[in-house]
Amino acid sequence: MFLLADFSVIKPDFGLIFWTTIIFGLFWFLIGKMAFRPIAEALKSREDDIQGALDEAAKVKEEMKNLQSQNEQLLQEAREERAGMLKDAKDMKNKIVSDAKVKAKEEASKIVEGAQREIENQKNVAIAEVKKEVGAMAIDIAEKILQKNLSSDKDQVSFVKDLVGKMSNN
Amino acid sequence: MPTFAAILKNIVLSTSFKLVFTFIFSLVLSFSVSAQDHDNGHDHDHSSHEHDEHVDQHLSCEHAGDHGQGEFDPGATAFHHIADANVYSIGPLQIPLPCILYNKNSGFDFFLSNKFGFDRIGHGDGHYAYKGYVLDGGTIRLIQDVNFPKEKTSIKGIVHDSEDNAFVCMGDQMYPTYKKSTADFGLFGGGITPFFDFSLTKNVVSMLLVVLLLSWLLIGVARAYKSRQGLAPKGSQSLIEVVFAFIQDEVAKPFLGKHYMKYLPFLMALFFFILGLNLFGQIPFLGGSNVTGNLGVTMVLAIFAFLVTNLSGNKHYWEHIFAMPGVPKPVLAILTPVEFLGVFIKPITLMLRLFANITAGHMVIIIFVSLIFMFSNNGTSYVGGYGTAIASTALTLFMMSIELLVAFIQAFVFTILTASYISAAIEEPHH
Repeated sequence: MFLLADFSVIKPDFGLIFWTTIIFGLFWFLIGKMAFRPIAEALKSREDDIQGALDEAAKVKEEMKNLQSQNEQLLQEAREERAGMLKDAKDMKNKIVSDAKVKAKEEASKIVEGAQREIENQKNVAIAEVKKEVGAMAIDIAEKILQKNLSSDKDQVSFVKDLVGKMSNN
Repeated sequence: MPTFAAILKNIVLSTSFKLVFTFIFSLVLSFSVSAQDHDNGHDHDHSSHEHDEHVDQHLSCEHAGDHGQGEFDPGATAFHHIADANVYSIGPLQIPLPCILYNKNSGFDFFLSNKFGFDRIGHGDGHYAYKGYVLDGGTIRLIQDVNFPKEKTSIKGIVHDSEDNAFVCMGDQMYPTYKKSTADFGLFGGGITPFFDFSLTKNVVSMLLVVLLLSWLLIGVARAYKSRQGLAPKGSQSLIEVVFAFIQDEVAKPFLGKHYMKYLPFLMALFFFILGLNLFGQIPFLGGSNVTGNLGVTMVLAIFAFLVTNLSGNKHYWEHIFAMPGVPKPVLAILTPVEFLGVFIKPITLMLRLFANITAGHMVIIIFVSLIFMFSNNGTSYVGGYGTAIASTALTLFMMSIELLVAFIQAFVFTILTASYISAAIEEPHH
């Protein structure tokens, strides 16, 4: 008989309250433990994974960029070094050449100096020798004069002239 | 993304929302009161009619057991269909359910409700009394007379006096019955009687079915996350994940901040439990169980929300209730009672909002279907019947799609409000 049915849903039934408490309580406890928590954790770990992967990618990109710029720098450095080395070599060459020139000049001047000194020495020796020779000749002449009786003046003069002629012939 | 949750929080906590809700609630109450008034008026005629014949009880019991004689009453039909029952009715088909009954005289009784010998295709009225109990329109009642035979006894039928008073007819005798004990403290016409019904009723069975289904689904998804670690979600995983992530990211995290993991299982359980039952009640030809539209069920959920909120309330929360800092003493005299009442009003609004929404949805659909019977004049007017059938099918379809939306919205609102209450309870002082 529906005719007199009442609005019973507004009257909380103890049995329904009892069963709802048990069923919802179990659902909360068991499914919370077996499903909600694991799902939340799985979602969180996946989120972290994705974030991690994205961060990693960004980091790698940054690193690549760094590496590239580093390479560029290295190349630049190598180029600079090469230029430096070339310059050094050139400088060295120039220095060696100029050094050699200087040294050669010095050597040459030394040689010239030596030669001059030798010439001087030779000259001095020659002069000394001439002096000695002249001395000896003078003595010789004097001897000869002394040995020849220089009786007359005429003889004396011819004799001296003869001597001098001999000497100048020498 | 705090904007969405913040806006919702503002809406929910705004005074206009409270006003609107108070209005709706008073409407629901006035509706139920007027419905009862209507019934009472109706019954007064009936009972006075019966009083006339009270001298000859044989006459009043003459029509017991007959159905379909009276005029079609859409309101009563609706009340009957949204009510809980000790049989599971799918349309006219009645499926027996286990009964666990307690009364002060004979203690606990366990049996299956087919002991009452109701028709499989019928209204759920038992042809037998068993252990002093009878089945009246799917609901078990206890016969007041302790001397009534305890063994399976054939009865002639059940007649109703006033609104909820039923009498069992056996032979020439009329035996008054007890109503079930209800936890409304007489507020809605119920109260404590010597008879308690802890049966696995239609609502309990629906709840069990939904919870088992949800458990199977959710545990399967949880397993999938473990077994398919590092793989993209698939199948039911993708289905659950969308809903799960929505509640987690739009409800739990914005409201509860770093404490969200502690309350997440509770909020998820609330959401999935309510949503599952809301949707289960919407499935056509499956009994249309009105579980979340039963005040007992929403009361339990609200009590859980109340306990979780207040048991996790910190010093700051209680201080704001009993001694709002920076408020002068005379104002506190007004404010503290208001705040204290608020502690209870919050779960009460949760309870009533869900109950009223779901019950209203069920009733509207029943009324639309009832229109067919009303306009066809109990099958006498074909034009009225077929015409209304087309119109009311369209209306019912429309209503059901709205109810589908309501099912989600109410589950969401219950969850987000609970989250906001918990958030107020665990909020740290920031000044």
